[in-house]
Amino acid sequence: MFFIKLRDLFKSYGSVMALNGLNLEVPKGSLYGLLGPNGAGKSTALRIICTLLSPDSGYVEVGGHNVLFEEKETRRRLGYVAQDVAIDKILTGRELLQLQGDLYHLDKKYKKNRIEELIDRLDMHEWIDRRCGSFSGGMKRRLDLSSGLLHEPELLILDEPTVGLDIESRSVIWGLLKELRNKETTILLSSHYLEEVDELADEIAIIDKGKVIASGKPDDLKKELGGDRVTLRVREFSDEVEAESVKKLIKNINGVSNVVVNQTQGYSLNFLVQSNDVISNLSAHLSKENFEVFALSHSRPSLDDVYLQATGKTLMDAELELAGKRDFKLENKKSMR
Amino acid sequence: MITTNPSLQQEKQSRNDLNEMSQEISALTWRLFIQLIRRPSTLFAGILQPLIWLLLFAALFSKAPIDFLPGSSSYGEFLGAGLIVFTAFSGALNAGLPLMFDREFGFLNRLLVAPLSSRSSIVISSVIYITSISLLQSFAIMATSALLGYGWPSLGGFLLIAITLLLLVFAITGLSLGLAFVLPGHIELIAIIFIANLPVLFASTALAPISFMPEWLGWIASINPLTFAIEPIRMAYQSSVDLRAVLINAPYGEVNGYSCLAILLILTVGLFFLIRPLLNRKLA
Repeated sequence: MFFIKLRDLFKSYGSVMALNGLNLEVPKGSLYGLLGPNGAGKSTALRIICTLLSPDSGYVEVGGHNVLFEEKETRRRLGYVAQDVAIDKILTGRELLQLQGDLYHLDKKYKKNRIEELIDRLDMHEWIDRRCGSFSGGMKRRLDLSSGLLHEPELLILDEPTVGLDIESRSVIWGLLKELRNKETTILLSSHYLEEVDELADEIAIIDKGKVIASGKPDDLKKELGGDRVTLRVREFSDEVEAESVKKLIKNINGVSNVVVNQTQGYSLNFLVQSNDVISNLSAHLSKENFEVFALSHSRPSLDDVYLQATGKTLMDAELELAGKRDFKLENKKSMR
Repeated sequence: MITTNPSLQQEKQSRNDLNEMSQEISALTWRLFIQLIRRPSTLFAGILQPLIWLLLFAALFSKAPIDFLPGSSSYGEFLGAGLIVFTAFSGALNAGLPLMFDREFGFLNRLLVAPLSSRSSIVISSVIYITSISLLQSFAIMATSALLGYGWPSLGGFLLIAITLLLLVFAITGLSLGLAFVLPGHIELIAIIFIANLPVLFASTALAPISFMPEWLGWIASINPLTFAIEPIRMAYQSSVDLRAVLINAPYGEVNGYSCLAILLILTVGLFFLIRPLLNRKLA
């Protein structure tokens, strides 16, 4: 049973296409990770699910409710922890939670008990009665997370919850998410931290340019690659022509598949091998055509390999590429009502 | 221990829409008052500025011929009504700033993700807060003005002042909240507040009667909403309050007290209908 269904979701900001036919199904009670670089469309999708944005077209369902027509019902069911922590610097942490409780119409006694419970769980005793303006990034994020959980939502949406956090805060948040995952709460988490998604998510969807390009269980996606990942360089800085020649050569070796030229990493070649014997014989194949092995690394497949396989570049390269194209004015406009 | 139970969650929601809305409004209003209590400088500045004006302007024009000041026995008494209105006007004009900061810092999104009974609660809490502050500041000016010997209104006059200020504050607050949603950031809103504040004051009857002005300025002053608030308040300081009396000798004709209040009411209602679609769109 799916708790969230997104069908053919389109959203653009002027000429920028943020979502380009996004389809997604999130099973009830699962921790679902959205993986992709900044600007891939993750936050836009989350904001639509939270009723903060309307899509240009498409269908959105949360817990059996059509989000576009049953906004209030949807809001009752979800807790949202935004990418940029939005807190009132003048209020204390406890006052912020009390305000949040009133906005969700919690009764007085329940609100008080629940706030104490969350202060305990997220270890906020020492600083909860201080003004939010004095909090570190980790404290703010923990407070924000407890705000999102105050009304015990069926769905918790977290947009990049651990960006820039200290290790202690990250560990507290991961611990809580693991605990929630074991209950009936559905969690939708966006991140561009591979290890975070790999560690926490039951299922993931990789988003690129506003659409899902791969989805499934992390282990299944890695297995689907069909072998171990090898990165090869024939020179420190190769060029396109050389890389393509090597690609042509490697492609024909038995036991090699999915050969990709990684332009942003000096035209290195990434490919999968079915066994270690293939690697042993690689050097011989290359020297026949007068190529040498400058560098060669071999690893079990990771989610980054899944991303690389799907897009032709690593997640970090995609981040760097998009970083140069980011329009901060547009992003600011997107986040403001 | 974190627990998740949808049916309990339903029970925890308050039953009644009105109760829910009052819970939201009181929580949001209280938040604004906490901000004020912890950062009271704007409240004091809002009182101090008109007080300085009252002291300096009253002294500056203390020798102005009284014949030019209809219904007043001194320039200080004449100026008092103008500064009470100016104080309320300035306060209301700033109403959009907290909302604009909430937009900019993403706090508004936190409010909009919550299942508010009505999103009007956000606007209503701002209106309650600004109205309270503006009235408080205006009454502080009235009290100081009384201490300086410029008089104190009768009970009827006091009521008239309260009604007039409420109408003006509602209208200007609505305008400011509308601007807070239209403008891209607080810099632009502050710029508009900065530009509008003093010219609107000078182009009203706060500092001088219409008869004292050149014709073109007289025209502007006689259609300026501030004038329609100042003149009833000026009358409220006189011994008898009669709304049938002519309060403004405008170039286009005479305007009595009832007309002044009616114009303010029309302005308030008109601005409400003007910004309503905008608020609906932005808060939808």
